[in-house]
Amino acid sequence: MNAELVSELEVPRQRTARARFVSALGPLTVLAGVIWAIVQPYRLTILHPVGQGFWWLFVEPPLLVIAVGLFFYFAIVPGLLEDLEEHDATAV
Amino acid sequence: MQPPSEHVHWLFATGVLLLGLCLLAEAVVGTEVWRRRAWRAYLWPGLAFTLGVFMWPVMTFYTNSTIHMLAHGAWAEVLMIAGAVELALVRGKLHSPAWRLTMAAAFLVSGSAFLVHEQNVWFFQRSSLLHHLLGWTLVAAAVFPLARSVRPRSQAAAAGFALTFVVLAVFLYCDRDVAPVFGHLSPLAGPPHR
Repeated sequence: MNAELVSELEVPRQRTARARFVSALGPLTVLAGVIWAIVQPYRLTILHPVGQGFWWLFVEPPLLVIAVGLFFYFAIVPGLLEDLEEHDATAV
Repeated sequence: MQPPSEHVHWLFATGVLLLGLCLLAEAVVGTEVWRRRAWRAYLWPGLAFTLGVFMWPVMTFYTNSTIHMLAHGAWAEVLMIAGAVELALVRGKLHSPAWRLTMAAAFLVSGSAFLVHEQNVWFFQRSSLLHHLLGWTLVAAAVFPLARSVRPRSQAAAAGFALTFVVLAVFLYCDRDVAPVFGHLSPLAGPPHR
């Protein structure tokens, strides 16, 4: 094996407990929304939309919880993890 | 086109939940890391301020009684002031951590407003129970922003502050206009709906 290539392989980084916790917040929120939707399917008007008004179709709490979790995970967490890793690397 | 009041609670719950997650993440990674990107530093104070702005239409359109109007108006004011102070602290326009007492005041005013404008007993219906719960939770949790202003680096205070918003979001999502609570529903509340 070429030692030069081996040195270029990315070594999986050990995530700190803080990074793992922050990464888990979004998925846990999504999971809470999914469990809520399963436990109380009648809170999802989209499953039986006939005769429902605009607000009942637009505001569906379990979907809102899932949306918050997804937004947090995709919009906030990646940059935060980068900054956390940089901070931890400079602190060492 | 005016949404039912329970939908308004759920929309605010969504903003409060996002606020709680941001604060929880900040409590875990530390303020220094959280503020490494300018947009992130302004995110949760801006969100708090925006929630205050959105309270004004609630005050204007949900005028079931004078006390409702006053309570919603008080929330709008204290949320906007607390959000603005946090924005000024991030920006460096304000320096003293004592300014964070405005958030403690916002908690106390909001909690009191919840308690005052809910005129039914705890088990009248679900929204009554939740308004009492929200009120007392906010009054009790005012200790966290108070601790943040005294000890700005306290992780316990930051975590408690963040978790308060998550709990408030859960309560707000549970809110329903006319629904039984633990099997109780006053006949005066009206027919329950889905």
